[in-house]
Amino acid sequence: MKKNIISLKNICVSFDGERILDNINLDIRDKEFVTLLGPSGCGKTTMLRVIGGFLTPDSGAVQFEERDIKAVPPHKRNVNTVFQRYALFPHLNVYDNIAFGLKVKKLPENEINRKVKEMLALVNLSGFEKRSVNRLSGGQQQRVAIARALVNEPKILLLDEPLGALDLKLRKEMQIELKRMQQRLEITFIYVTHDQEEALTMSDTVVVMNNGVIQQIGSPVDIYNEPKNAFVADFIGESNILDGLMVRDRLVTISGKTFVCVDYGFGENTPVDVVIRPEDITIIPPDGEHIAGVVKSVTFKGVHYEMLIEAYDHDWLVHSTKASAVDRTVGLSFGPDDIHIMRKTEG
Amino acid sequence: MKKLISAPYLVWMAVFVVVPLIMVAYFAFFANGHFTLDYVANVSQYANIFIRSIWLAAIATVICLIISYPVAVILTEADANYQGTLLMIVMLPMWMNFLLRTYAWMTILGNNGILNQLFGLFGLGPFKLLNTRGAVVLGMVYNYLPFMLLPIYNVMAKIDRSVLEAAQDLGCNRGRVIAKVVFPLSLPGVMSGITMVFVPAISTFIISRMLGGGGNLLIGDLIEMQFLGNSYNPNLGAAISLVLMIIVLLIMTLMNQFDADDRPLI
Ligand SMILES: Nc1ncnc2c1ncn2[C@@H]1O[C@H](COP(=O)(O)OP(=O)(O)O)[C@@H](O)[C@H]1O
Ligand SMILES: [Mg+2]
Repeated sequence: MKKNIISLKNICVSFDGERILDNINLDIRDKEFVTLLGPSGCGKTTMLRVIGGFLTPDSGAVQFEERDIKAVPPHKRNVNTVFQRYALFPHLNVYDNIAFGLKVKKLPENEINRKVKEMLALVNLSGFEKRSVNRLSGGQQQRVAIARALVNEPKILLLDEPLGALDLKLRKEMQIELKRMQQRLEITFIYVTHDQEEALTMSDTVVVMNNGVIQQIGSPVDIYNEPKNAFVADFIGESNILDGLMVRDRLVTISGKTFVCVDYGFGENTPVDVVIRPEDITIIPPDGEHIAGVVKSVTFKGVHYEMLIEAYDHDWLVHSTKASAVDRTVGLSFGPDDIHIMRKTEG
Repeated sequence: MKKLISAPYLVWMAVFVVVPLIMVAYFAFFANGHFTLDYVANVSQYANIFIRSIWLAAIATVICLIISYPVAVILTEADANYQGTLLMIVMLPMWMNFLLRTYAWMTILGNNGILNQLFGLFGLGPFKLLNTRGAVVLGMVYNYLPFMLLPIYNVMAKIDRSVLEAAQDLGCNRGRVIAKVVFPLSLPGVMSGITMVFVPAISTFIISRMLGGGGNLLIGDLIEMQFLGNSYNPNLGAAISLVLMIIVLLIMTLMNQFDADDRPLI
């Protein structure tokens, strides 16, 4: 088990009386790729600012390798940041932007030169040394920002939605590239995104946040397969979230019908949230036993058809490789493993 | 369509900028309808006054810069809610009439003025404060300080905060952030501040008349005398104005040259 490189203990931050981070506890292990995932405005950037030292939390502790670093200013932290809108130095060219941190550290000129050249090659910008950063495309600025941070070989790299401005194809390429760099350079990455797919493909650990509260911490597979509550289930991929009643252990009522499931420990006759993934549902002829509904729409999505099926208290989203005819009545079949039971969140 | 919109502006430019310039040039080179270089040549007699004007205006500009720059830094670092108030306090004296402000300094600096009375309490003085070059520079600094502060503050306030955080992130303490990022990015403000102080300072005549006594004439006084004074000579006045204009243009071009040195400023 690797040791923790960063620990956040009971971090609270408020702006204008509003809680932005609410009692955040998070341990990040050395060389881990951790992603903070959540909707816009949930406090992801604020959390990075706390780690980077730009914001002092109202309460709680930030530890670096088990030592409190609350009093350490940003320029003395062994952390570098790729800022949300790059924040490149507009008065410097590409080379000087990347060399900035090394020059501040007063490295010898030839060493700076070597490292910058290496970095430029790594981010595919060789030959752009003299270019003004104002005349670069979004993707190129992005890569300069990454190079400017990485060249300092920090222990931890903070990346705030670094691929947000890129088109889909370049984003996919950069995702793979970043993941490769992280593994090769053995740096801890704390990566912020609101794109759940990006989080799932790149991370060792995903931290799902909402309204300044951590909802769930886990591996991408855990987060996807075992969402802890309706918010996580809804945010990670498309889901059917239904009101259910836990009759007793391993027995749940949904839409007036009772199903066997694998969850237990919710008590008897407890209202719960039930999540069923669209791809876990199979369309069958109506048989009276399963939930039945009318097909309202069918959309071709490339790999599968997306169907909206209206049952009596819920519109179900179903993914299937076979299309049903609109207005036909169908049955919805799913197994005990496909039913995910969650406690209702307050509010 | 575009031409139509810009038409009033072009007319304005023509009537109030181009025509006066042509008239100044005309008076400088033509007397009684005949071309002459005499007046322009005569300007060289007043070289000492030119040098004094440039020198005093330059000193005043440098002092304005030295005062304004740290103030601008402090202002931009202040809580956004107070920046407006702080700025207003700095600008408050400017709401008083220019003449009144300068008169006030006469009563402060005079031989029986407030300062000398204060020195008198300690058995010192009286010192000759009024009617000195120092008093002229003081008057310039006092009157033109806002023209330095405002452009610097404006440019500085527009610098993206995250760029400053990026500098910190890359290892700069506060001093280095200012030296390596804030200063180069604020240069356009510094340049326009220098222009906005230097140009009125070099051509002022009220400040030098009121605070400099008779012995510290500046170009402005000289020009005024040619048009309104007893040595009435509009041709010479126009020639001096023209030379002054060219000197100012040369100095400003030189400054911009030095500024555009190695990097494009945005
Ligand atoms: N300096 C600040 N002053 C006031 N409110 C702020 C400040 N910084 C962030 N906020 C607020 O905190 C919330 C979370 O912001 P942020 O951490 O940037 O969210 P995210 O990065 O997840 O989109 C937002 O509602 C934002 O308006
Ligand atoms: Mg953000």
